Amino acid sequence: MNTNKPELVIKELGQPGKREMTINMGPQHPSTHGVLRLELDLDGELITAVRPHIGYLHRCFEKYAEQMDDYSKVIPYTDRMDYVSAMNQEHGYVIALEKMLEIEVPVKVEYIRVIVAELQRIASHLLGIGAFGLDLGAFTPFLYCFIEREKILDIFEKSSGARLLYNYMAVGGLMRDVHSDFRKDTSEFVKTFRPKIKELNDLLSYNRIFIDRTANIGVLPVDVALNFGASGPVLRGSGYKWDLRKNDPYSIYDRFEFDIPVGSGEVGTLGDCWDRYIVRVREMEESLKIIEQAVDTMPETGDVTEAIPKRIRPKDGEVYVRSETPRGELGYYIISDKSASAYRVKARAPSFVHLSMLPAISVGSLIADMVAIVGSIDIVLGEVDR
Amino acid sequence: MGIFQMTANSFALTTILVHALFPLTIILVYALVAIWGERKIAGFIQDRLGPMRVGGWHGWAQSIADLLKLIQKEDIIPTDASRFLFKFAPFMMFAASYAAFAVIPFSSGYMGSSINIGVFYLLAVTSLLTLSIIMAAWASNNKWSLLGGMRSAAQMVSYEVPTIATVLTVIVVSGSLNLMTVTELQSGNDVLGFLPNWFIFQNPFLIVAFIIFFISILAEAHRVPFDLPESESELVAGYQTEYSGMRWAMFMLAEYADMLLLSLLGATLFFGGWNSPFGDFMAGPVWGFFWFMLKGLLLVFVMMWIRWTLPRYRVDQLMHICWSILIPLSFINLILVALWELIF
Repeated sequence: MNTNKPELVIKELGQPGKREMTINMGPQHPSTHGVLRLELDLDGELITAVRPHIGYLHRCFEKYAEQMDDYSKVIPYTDRMDYVSAMNQEHGYVIALEKMLEIEVPVKVEYIRVIVAELQRIASHLLGIGAFGLDLGAFTPFLYCFIEREKILDIFEKSSGARLLYNYMAVGGLMRDVHSDFRKDTSEFVKTFRPKIKELNDLLSYNRIFIDRTANIGVLPVDVALNFGASGPVLRGSGYKWDLRKNDPYSIYDRFEFDIPVGSGEVGTLGDCWDRYIVRVREMEESLKIIEQAVDTMPETGDVTEAIPKRIRPKDGEVYVRSETPRGELGYYIISDKSASAYRVKARAPSFVHLSMLPAISVGSLIADMVAIVGSIDIVLGEVDR
Repeated sequence: MGIFQMTANSFALTTILVHALFPLTIILVYALVAIWGERKIAGFIQDRLGPMRVGGWHGWAQSIADLLKLIQKEDIIPTDASRFLFKFAPFMMFAASYAAFAVIPFSSGYMGSSINIGVFYLLAVTSLLTLSIIMAAWASNNKWSLLGGMRSAAQMVSYEVPTIATVLTVIVVSGSLNLMTVTELQSGNDVLGFLPNWFIFQNPFLIVAFIIFFISILAEAHRVPFDLPESESELVAGYQTEYSGMRWAMFMLAEYADMLLLSLLGATLFFGGWNSPFGDFMAGPVWGFFWFMLKGLLLVFVMMWIRWTLPRYRVDQLMHICWSILIPLSFINLILVALWELIF
């Protein structure tokens, strides 16, 4: 019986002049959204320093993309970068290659791509919002979000055969046409989903406790956000109107009417966790608008595989194409040397950028706020580590 | 020693056994049902089914299966843990909530121990819960446990103040610390001619007292939105982080027992304990037990309902609610109740 044994903790706390305790949050922690490890210095529950450690999910995306003997063999691997928004990752990669090859894509393909990309954006935001609520202790909204996400995955499953990692888009087209009921399923989803957003707002967004937990927490001023190179909902949460679908339209986004929601400091300071959260909720409504318009105007007929080249051999040169994923600006930088595989592929991942500003916005908050901040920037570790 | 002496001894032993085993049986059966019930309620609220397989009908045997699994688990004690305290803490926690059941009047015919300072004893014994949580947290030699333990200590010590203040308001009205007497005072249906004589209906300030009491017991029992000591998304599992198998199950049992205890206390103080809501109709010792458990379990249900609806408060907000809102309010309320008793 050695009742005086617990010494490891005491030793650290008992050092003269040392107030802080260093604690490891992750990689096996329930709310680090995967395998993120945060080294925290704590003074009581107050955070005095944050050191993120990444790389636990590193899968050599870039090296792999350079080693494959065919450009299109990389597409399944882009799925695995940000595995909750696989369609958007594929979309960015294929439009980069199409720009390189100067391929004209059939209109129907563009429409389908936009619809699935927006559906994917909703699915991804649903997961982000649900997990954010879960981090703050609200279990039920998480499952409500998953019920809705399930419907989107069902649509994807019918069209592509897969539920998470689709490998659906191809350079110059799509792997196969959408299923025959695609139009009906999508408009039905749009119709049933609108009231659910209101339900989510009642249950979570304007919940008093939720606002108390997220307002004025993790404030990201707009100049800091721009200096770090933030994008997507994180940047828009700070009140900066920047969305590549509007500011630098790719695909056929210039044909649709939609707004860019930005944070306004409605319940607290501009750029706090709640602002970043509500931007995602409102973006889902905007995505619904795009889907509605696209479904209405989508051409009935057309072959989605006709423009797919037999062999992908780009000319000498390089290309950088950026697209708006649910997490922000995803860029693909591809250098070709006329061979069947790329000379260099670089993916610019928004989550990586957002993770790097974590120390800047979380020092001085409590450990419970840390969870809220990580949840509000909505990182996907697959994309951070690549 | 004659035969008479032996009979008397065995009689005393039997009495002790009955008094010891009756609440224990209730707690164990309740824990099995409540854990299953909580999962079914969670399922209902979250638009899913909950356990459906084990035992056939709606997965009724799920808790039993879980218990069997936990018994078979390896009992892990961390190398650097303080072994004695680590092993002792879960049992002490359960003992603390179990011991408090002695003064709960389960029906007009049964109460473990009819001591005159029943409420005082109950509050004193449940304070040991805090001690056992700190013990578990400190003995684990884990930083997450330590944080959970510190939070728990701060939380429970703070929330004991409004709990006691609201219990005092009832004591002011009833004039007795014996929970049986408190219950007996609430029989009959005289309020506004038809409502039962329960304290919650007797006096408008006691409604306020009940609301404060209920918020405080949510915090005392570590339920959402005040489940900070084991908030799984921040502190991994708080003070339970290093526990596994049966010791962990003892913690869960103690938590559920504590939840039932505080709900039953609430039912006794505000909702007439074992009194039937219909006066003499369906009254009597057996019906009394039924009504008492029904009232207690309804409060437990409300706690579960809240758990699956609300997010969690932060630790400083929790303290703010306690010290700046609930404590002043409960003491003002205590004075108002006392004035009301003087005037009417």
